[in-house]
Amino acid sequence: MSNEMTATTRYSQAGDEFLFVELNEEMTLEAFFRSISITQRLRDMALPGIIEICPANASYQVRYNPDVISAGQLQETLEGLGRDVAAQQVRTLETRVIEVPVLYNDPWTHETLMRFRDHHQDPSGTDLEYAARINGYDSVDAFIEAHSATPWFVSMVGFVAGLPFMYQMVPRERQIQVPKYLRPRTDTPKQTVGIGGCFSVIYSVRGAGGYQMFGVTPMPIYDPAGDQLHIDDSMIFFRPGDIVKHRAIDREEYDALLSAAEKGDFKPRVVSFTFDLDAFSQDPDGYARRVKEVLYEH
Amino acid sequence: MSIEVIKPGLASSIQDKGREGKYHLGIPPSGGMDQRSLIAANLLLGNPEGAAVIECALMGPELRFNEARKVAACGAEMTPRVNGEAKPLNEVFEVPAGATLSFDFVKAGARLYLAIEGGIDVPERLGSRSTYTLGSLGGLNGRNLQAGDVLHILPAHGGATLGHCLPDSLVPAFSKHYQLRVVPGLYAHRLVPESHARFYEEDWSVASEADRIGYRMKGGTRLSFVEREPPFGAGDDPSNIVDACYPIGSIQVPSGSEPIILHRDAVSGGGYAMIGTVISADMDIVGQIQPHQKVRFVAVTLEDALAARTRYQQDLEQLRQMP
Repeated sequence: MSNEMTATTRYSQAGDEFLFVELNEEMTLEAFFRSISITQRLRDMALPGIIEICPANASYQVRYNPDVISAGQLQETLEGLGRDVAAQQVRTLETRVIEVPVLYNDPWTHETLMRFRDHHQDPSGTDLEYAARINGYDSVDAFIEAHSATPWFVSMVGFVAGLPFMYQMVPRERQIQVPKYLRPRTDTPKQTVGIGGCFSVIYSVRGAGGYQMFGVTPMPIYDPAGDQLHIDDSMIFFRPGDIVKHRAIDREEYDALLSAAEKGDFKPRVVSFTFDLDAFSQDPDGYARRVKEVLYEH
Repeated sequence: MSIEVIKPGLASSIQDKGREGKYHLGIPPSGGMDQRSLIAANLLLGNPEGAAVIECALMGPELRFNEARKVAACGAEMTPRVNGEAKPLNEVFEVPAGATLSFDFVKAGARLYLAIEGGIDVPERLGSRSTYTLGSLGGLNGRNLQAGDVLHILPAHGGATLGHCLPDSLVPAFSKHYQLRVVPGLYAHRLVPESHARFYEEDWSVASEADRIGYRMKGGTRLSFVEREPPFGAGDDPSNIVDACYPIGSIQVPSGSEPIILHRDAVSGGGYAMIGTVISADMDIVGQIQPHQKVRFVAVTLEDALAARTRYQQDLEQLRQMP
């Protein structure tokens, strides 16, 4: 946490409509927690002239109408919220725990990663084999276990519509880290589960991407057609602050869940939860077990 | 009343003034890249200024009207033709029932806005009719126009007057060499100062990868970054940052080469350092720059940006006050 003591909030004008706020140059759970706490409070204030409030991993940005609120007024407001959050020692977050079923090592990401082998650090293996090796796991199965056993925090939603960036809730020395592809792919299957840097993602739509690919989920997370029962009018399933637990599934279960999703009838396992930063920081492993209990006790 | 798409053109999409409030979920504003031309075309016809229009990039579509309807085309210089007969830009004309509306090759500018009296009737999605193709959202089935598409048009309001035209003073002037004003900042401190200064001293040319998501620039000197120990979670490349939000108009520099200006269909965030942001008053201009044309970035202060914003709004006000 020492880096939090030295991290200084940095405000930067981005043109005449955006104010960009970096809370820490490096990724920490503390910085993310401050980002989400400050932006939630700003949203609650419902200030005239505020157009977009976007929390990110260790930063956030606000789009505003400078004809209604000046850059200076906005920055003062944000500085005040930053002080409030620090002074009130906001340490809890009302959120959800969500189970995401994943078919790891699936045929579709495999086909795709083979097509883009010349973009990869290790053309002779697969993304899973590469990620397992460089993270010190002796098998792909052990790596999958590490990815699916621990909870992940949705620290940002974006890049494209509804894509969650997730931060692994384990001590830093145990976090999975992999570089992005050397050159981005022009194709990634929809609902691919992958990792780049320390962030796990789920690609919400088919398209370009540079993260290592490990599997697919049958769970729809973006619903522009509006026909999924578990997704509201925003069309987007995830929210920053959600806690995700992946669960490895087999092909048979994948096919059954996919067929439910195609009928608009996917029923994700979702439980309300109060996250406590101090309790987590004191015992991350015990907290991970607690999250799992909360998810499966009903 | 409906219009059939005979040929779609290069990248024609339905756009309006865009959507707000969902950028934090990864949904960008979308909307016409040159808002001023979109608004001008609508106002000429007496439409609400944010009615849905067709944005036509570089090569226009060929459209057949099943009933007569008044239209107006503003923005890039692509001569409209009704059954082959040339019609003026920036002026209301009528397309008769059964006639075909087509466009010549672009002579200047990059995007033309075709407004139709009444406006295009597609459902509003998240508060806008604009197409966001990456997310398959809005417009007609969330994508660019295709041959065979049928566009339904809202009823004519009768407020359009044949021959009504923009005064010369409000017709945009196009160039082959543009200046774009930029407020430096964001991660500009990551650049070596001489490299940062040089960014503003050289001509850049627009690469062929220039679309509604962003404009890639080539031809300048590769930017160099200050050496550092990569922050946890950022990635090893000197241009990497911990993934953050991207402001619309921000200029990112992956690996220091080929800066990209994000536009209205922007990816909402990512892990590349941004070094400044094009001011809001110049974003319409970006949408009118063709591939291979030249750009010089000009560093300005926030006060300059706000003054330019005021002038831009005065221009829009003049459009609204047109007789």
